[in-house]
Amino acid sequence: MSNYDESNSELLTIELNLLFEGIYQRYGYDFRNYSKAHIRRRVLSRLALSNLTTVTELLDKVLREPEFFKVFLDDLSINVTEMFRDPQFYQSFRENIVPKLKTYTFIKIWHAGCSTGEEVYSLAILLHEEGLLDRCQIYATDFNRKVLEIAKEGVYQKAEMEQFENNYIKSGGQHKLSDYYKSMYGSVILRKDLSKRIVFADHNLVTDSVFAEVNLIMCRNVLIYFEKQLQNKVLNLFHESLIPSGILCLGTKESIKFTSVDSKFEIVDPKQKIFKKKII
Amino acid sequence: MYQAIVIGTSFGGLEALKTILPALKEDFPLPIIICLHIGEHNNEVFIRHLSEICKLPVKEAEGNEPILPGVVYFAPPNYHLQVEADLSFSLSTDKKLNFSRPSIDILFETAAWAYKDKVVGIILTGANSDGAHGLKTIKEFGGKTIIQNPCHAASPVMPRFALKIAKPEVRLHLEEIANYLNKLTT
Repeated sequence: MSNYDESNSELLTIELNLLFEGIYQRYGYDFRNYSKAHIRRRVLSRLALSNLTTVTELLDKVLREPEFFKVFLDDLSINVTEMFRDPQFYQSFRENIVPKLKTYTFIKIWHAGCSTGEEVYSLAILLHEEGLLDRCQIYATDFNRKVLEIAKEGVYQKAEMEQFENNYIKSGGQHKLSDYYKSMYGSVILRKDLSKRIVFADHNLVTDSVFAEVNLIMCRNVLIYFEKQLQNKVLNLFHESLIPSGILCLGTKESIKFTSVDSKFEIVDPKQKIFKKKII
Repeated sequence: MYQAIVIGTSFGGLEALKTILPALKEDFPLPIIICLHIGEHNNEVFIRHLSEICKLPVKEAEGNEPILPGVVYFAPPNYHLQVEADLSFSLSTDKKLNFSRPSIDILFETAAWAYKDKVVGIILTGANSDGAHGLKTIKEFGGKTIIQNPCHAASPVMPRFALKIAKPEVRLHLEEIANYLNKLTT
C-alpha cells in the first residue's frame, strides 16, 4: 500500500512536478508533459519496490545516484510491444502504402519510439517481401539506450513467437515467420539481412529536433502517453520531417483530430491511422 | 454529488450491461465509464448494439477526450483506460495487469485519484480477480462501492474477490442496479 491517499494527493501532485523538473534539469529527459495517470502509477510502484516513503525521497536519490536514475528511467519507458502488433495495420500498409513506396527510387523511413525493435523488424520483413528493403534506409530511434541495445541484437523469446506468428499470418505475410529467424535454446535470433538497412539511434522526441527528411514516419503508441500540447509539438516535428506527400503512421487509438496538424494531413486509412502530408 | 460511475466486468458482462444500461434514465447526469474484458476483439459491434437499446449515447473512450456527463464510455480493447486529473481520458499499452488489458484496477485507481470521493465503483459478473484492488482504492478515497451479488452473477469470481478485498458498501441484484443508480443521482 502506498503512502499516498486522498489526504495528501495534492502533495503528491506537487512532488511529482518537482521530481520531473529535477530530472529535466539534472539529466535532460523531459517527462513534464507526459500524461499523469500512467506516470504516477510507475512512480508509486518504484517507491514500493525501492522501499521509499515519499516522492521527495525518490527525487533525492534520483538526483544523487545516476545509476539509480537509469533504473527509474526504465520504469518510465513503455517497452511492451509485439511483432506485427495490430495485424490489420500491416495489411493496410501493404495495400495502401507499398504501391506508393514502389514509385520511389530511394525510401527513407523513420520509426520513432522503436523500443525493443519488434515492430521495426516487422516492417523490414514486410518491405523485404515487397522487394523494397534494399531501396530503404530505416532510422529506428528511442530515448532509452537499453532498449536500443536489445533492438540491435534482434534476439527475442521463443515463447512469444506463436503470438507473433499469428499476427504475421493475419497481417498478410507471404511466408512463415520462422523463415526469418533461427531458434537457439529458449531464444530466437532474427536473420541479419533484416537489419542491414536499419540504423538504430538515440533520439528523444520531446527534447530533440528534426534529424532527417524522410518519406515515411511510423510512431505507434507513443503519443498516447503525452499531454495534448506535447502531442502537438511532436506532430509538428513529424510534419516538418516529412517530404510533401510523405506518410505518417500512428497507433490505432491515436489521432490527429483536434490537433494543430489536423489540416496539414489527408487521411489514407482512418481506422489504421495512416495519414499523408498535404503538398501545400 | 457524485461525478462519475465506473464499472468493471468480464465473463457475462455484456449481458449484465444489457440489463443495466438501457434502464438508466434519459437525463442520467453522470458519465459511465466501463472496463469490459473482451480480449482483443473489436468493440464496434456491441457498442452499436448498445447504442440502439440505450437512451444514453455509447462510445469507445479516446485519449485526451474530455469526459462528459450522460455518456457511456468503453475502454478500447487491448489498451488500459485511465482518468486524468483534468477529467479527460488517457490510454496506455502498458503490460497486462491481472492478465487483463484493459485492467479494471487501473481504471478504478485512476478514477479514484481523479474524482476522489465523488466516484461510484461497481463490480459485476466476472471470472477473475481484476477490479478488487481498484474497488478498494475507491473505498479508501471515500467513494461509493457496489458489487453485483455473487450468488446470482453469471460468474461469481470477480464480485467475490471484490467482496473479500474491498468490503464494498452495497451488494445488489443485477436487476436492482439501474434503479439504484437512477435514485442515487436524483
